[in-house]
Amino acid sequence: MNDFRPVQMSSPVLTVRQVDAYHAITVVAPGIAERFRSGQFIAVAVGGEQSSMLLRRAFAIHDVKPDYGGTVEFLFAVRGRGTAWLAERRSRDLLDIIGPLGKPFPLPRDPVNCVLVGGGYGSAPLFPLAHALRRRGCRVDLVLGAASAGQVFGAITARRVAETATFTTDDGSFGVRGRVTDALGQVIEDARSDVVYACGPMPMLREVTALAARHDIPVQVSVEETMACGTGVCMSCVVPVVGGDGITRMARSCVDGPVFRGERVRFDDVGTIPFDALGAPGWKARGDEESPVREAG
Amino acid sequence: MIPDLRVRLGELELVNPVMTAAGCAGSGRELAQFFDIARIGAVVTKSVMLEPRAGRPAPRIAETPSGMLSAVGLQGPGIEVFLQRDLPWLLSRGARAAVSVAGGGPGEYAELARRLSEAPGVAMIEVNLSSPDLARRGRHFAHDPEAAARVVRAVRAEARPDIPVFAKLSPDVPDLVGLARVCVEAGADGLAMINTVRGMAIDVDTMRPAVAGGPGGLSGPAIRPIALACVYEVHAALPEVPVIGMGGVRTGADALEFLLAGAGAVAVGTAIFHDPSACVRVLRELEQALVERGVERVASLVGAAHRAPGAAVRG
Ligand SMILES: Cc1cc2nc3c(=O)[nH]c(=O)nc-3n(C[C@H](O)[C@H](O)[C@H](O)COP(=O)(O)O)c2cc1C
Repeated sequence: MNDFRPVQMSSPVLTVRQVDAYHAITVVAPGIAERFRSGQFIAVAVGGEQSSMLLRRAFAIHDVKPDYGGTVEFLFAVRGRGTAWLAERRSRDLLDIIGPLGKPFPLPRDPVNCVLVGGGYGSAPLFPLAHALRRRGCRVDLVLGAASAGQVFGAITARRVAETATFTTDDGSFGVRGRVTDALGQVIEDARSDVVYACGPMPMLREVTALAARHDIPVQVSVEETMACGTGVCMSCVVPVVGGDGITRMARSCVDGPVFRGERVRFDDVGTIPFDALGAPGWKARGDEESPVREAG
Repeated sequence: MIPDLRVRLGELELVNPVMTAAGCAGSGRELAQFFDIARIGAVVTKSVMLEPRAGRPAPRIAETPSGMLSAVGLQGPGIEVFLQRDLPWLLSRGARAAVSVAGGGPGEYAELARRLSEAPGVAMIEVNLSSPDLARRGRHFAHDPEAAARVVRAVRAEARPDIPVFAKLSPDVPDLVGLARVCVEAGADGLAMINTVRGMAIDVDTMRPAVAGGPGGLSGPAIRPIALACVYEVHAALPEVPVIGMGGVRTGADALEFLLAGAGAVAVGTAIFHDPSACVRVLRELEQALVERGVERVASLVGAAHRAPGAAVRG
């Protein structure tokens, strides 16, 4: 059990490179590499030891290799000061990294047909998943989408690891014009998919989950909720998720996720506290209490 | 020489002066993955309420320069689950468990104190006064000395006499020393300060408040000078009252600053989000700082900044 505990390490950067519209950093992190299971992520401190940026940046692990005792690669787009700092890292710089974090993708026991759906760099964690599924004898089909050609990630690798790889872009500059869900139904039918795995923005995950439901197959989604610590202590990355007992809880995507069963996530209520969530204002109010409007941290 | 790190805050005796700040250490389990939680002075829990609580909608947190804004809304499982699951676990790991409590009125606080007193092993009760008073349309207890006193009195009356009660104060009040005095008169055995400072950030892309609902609580190194002034002034006015100092502690030197200002112990909050082992690192750095200064007993430094210039710190 201890083997699954995340580790914190000061990891030397091996390479920083440009992959399509994204940056990819590979670090030497044996402890993380050996514990890693697909779907897990790392939380990286940015800005150096006395950084004024206190929140860790979370990134899905995109690749793990045995070189140098174990390397880990993650992918990002520059979106703010933290990722800009990361993009400036050079070989041999040290990064303060914690991982592997979060619940991995559950793998099927039997060699079933799996379709993997990614949006933008949400595709990143699907590649190690594809390899893990292939090792179990599963058929893997990939459907990858993005806004335009430059943001479709890993097209060449996709064709190599998957039985079929389908690409969609919003502007039609690469593959099929449209969204992943415009292509997914056909793929599910052609490949006789038994299960869907998806990672990407919430609206995409909602659509994919609805589509899987229409085909009556299970779907595992990995959410990309913004995190601050990655370790479960800050309570910021919550999403409303229905538990096995039918009760909705504000689940932390970093430790209770990031992988959830699609039908358990209340996509329409993300960004709110559903009125029937455990502990929501007015929830099971005791007789002697007024229905409170509460706040404060 | 290995410095003596033991501290005594009234009846609260700790093996060393570093603890977690309420709401920043999860249930303890999350941090136990990174270090032995029995090694720090105490684990202060997030504020426990009577009922389960879902908290506030996301986004709950935003990064600001050397700090962060938060409005988590005290999400937690409620006292029942806390007593059944979290408290026994902390004790089984050898941690000293200080329990923070929050409620909507003195009655709820009293009930929490009663329940905690029935359980074995509670080292201290910290009364989070930055919780909305339901009888006063959500005004925080900490913002009204009378309301704060009622809560503290209620907790002290119900808590087992051997469990020290600390009142946790907010810096956003016109007269902090006055509030501190009122809490002590109401029966608080000590004070914990500071809670977060009201602040705000706006996302210029979405053009919306960065934290849902608008303002939130500012924490982290950005508030350390504010926190230090609070501890210094309260210690000057009430030198006999034990104080747990917090607000932006990130290094051993930061912890030392708080001790010198008059805090008998120091809590680490936001720094944990950046470094899950922050508490043990701060402890190690503090110990090193004592060695470098030839100080034998950390307790001898408490409030030393108030002494006349040149007065020796006796170890
Ligand atoms: C996310 C978050 C949650 C918090 N939750 C609580 C809480 O439940 N009870 C409480 O008394 N203080 C709470 N606090 C306040 C901290 O305990 C502490 O007083 C404050 O953050 C200043 O210390 P720091 O700068 O080291 O974080 C919380 C702070 C943060 C940032």
